[in-house]
Amino acid sequence: MAIEWYLVVSALIFSIGAGGVMTRRNPLVILLCLELMLNSANLALIAFSRMHGNADGQIFAIMVMVVAACEVCIGLGVIVALYRRRLPIDVDELRELQG
Amino acid sequence: MAEVVFFLAALGALAGAVGTVALRNPFYSVLALVGHLISLALLFLLLRAEFVAAAQVVVYAGAVMVLYMFVVAYVGGTDIQVGPLNSRTTTAGAILFGLVLFIELTIAILGTGLKALGTEGVGIGADGVARAGDAGFGTPEQIGELLLTKFLLPFELASFLLLIAAVGAVTLARRRGGLGDPSGSTITPLDLLRPRHTGTMAEGVGGSRRITSQEQEQEGVEAGVTSVRPDDEGKE
Repeated sequence: MAIEWYLVVSALIFSIGAGGVMTRRNPLVILLCLELMLNSANLALIAFSRMHGNADGQIFAIMVMVVAACEVCIGLGVIVALYRRRLPIDVDELRELQG
Repeated sequence: MAEVVFFLAALGALAGAVGTVALRNPFYSVLALVGHLISLALLFLLLRAEFVAAAQVVVYAGAVMVLYMFVVAYVGGTDIQVGPLNSRTTTAGAILFGLVLFIELTIAILGTGLKALGTEGVGIGADGVARAGDAGFGTPEQIGELLLTKFLLPFELASFLLLIAAVGAVTLARRRGGLGDPSGSTITPLDLLRPRHTGTMAEGVGGSRRITSQEQEQEGVEAGVTSVRPDDEGKE
């Protein structure tokens, strides 16, 4: 398979994720859509790594996975804190994060 | 063969992505994302990134998604969609935005005239057979060597980042509502001077005296552990 196909799939997944971030209102689902976008970037990185025959892109993808895990960790912590304070789990209601 | 696997995996990845965005219940969204991640791992395997594919399945589809599952089950799985802001125009605008973004990305990636884009990458001929020197590309051995030699500093920084994120998550999701909760965390000097059950229901119904005597009895027992007959001392 040519590398182009992987890049097209990656661009499609990124666009779907970006659309999801804009439409959904549940912060959990917004985090899931962010994961989609990060994963599409990973796919592009690994495709380029294959293109150059160099494993540096794969290291970059692993770093992206580490940062995504941290982001999930903090995001879910914020959501649990919101739930504990009986705040609505809805980004439209949470326009000001005043605690 | 590779083409068939690619199209199956790409279809799975796209269906998973659409399902993640479109499904109403966050629980099903998480499940769709798991399917998407596994299909993506298949694509990584096709690109000869064995270690990243294994890490994708184990870390992402395994650990991170289980974390999501727990939070969805804790917060409640229903996505309440009310209010005027999430109207049909917003949805249509978002879909339009996604389309424009896709077209722009496609132009940016494919229109740049990168020479090697049409090929299958270095090290593999047109027939798809691996040449010499292609062995060991993306294997755990090579990835580990790179991580511990060329990319040692990012590797260590990533471990620090993970530690900071873990501490931050514990602080945020603490027992009483996260950061900045002054009622439970400050201790005034008066609190130390008062008896421990001041303001509780036990004080209201006159049980404070009983609690004090019980505490004294317990202290006597604890002090008497070192002696020969602790029971007798407690009764006296």
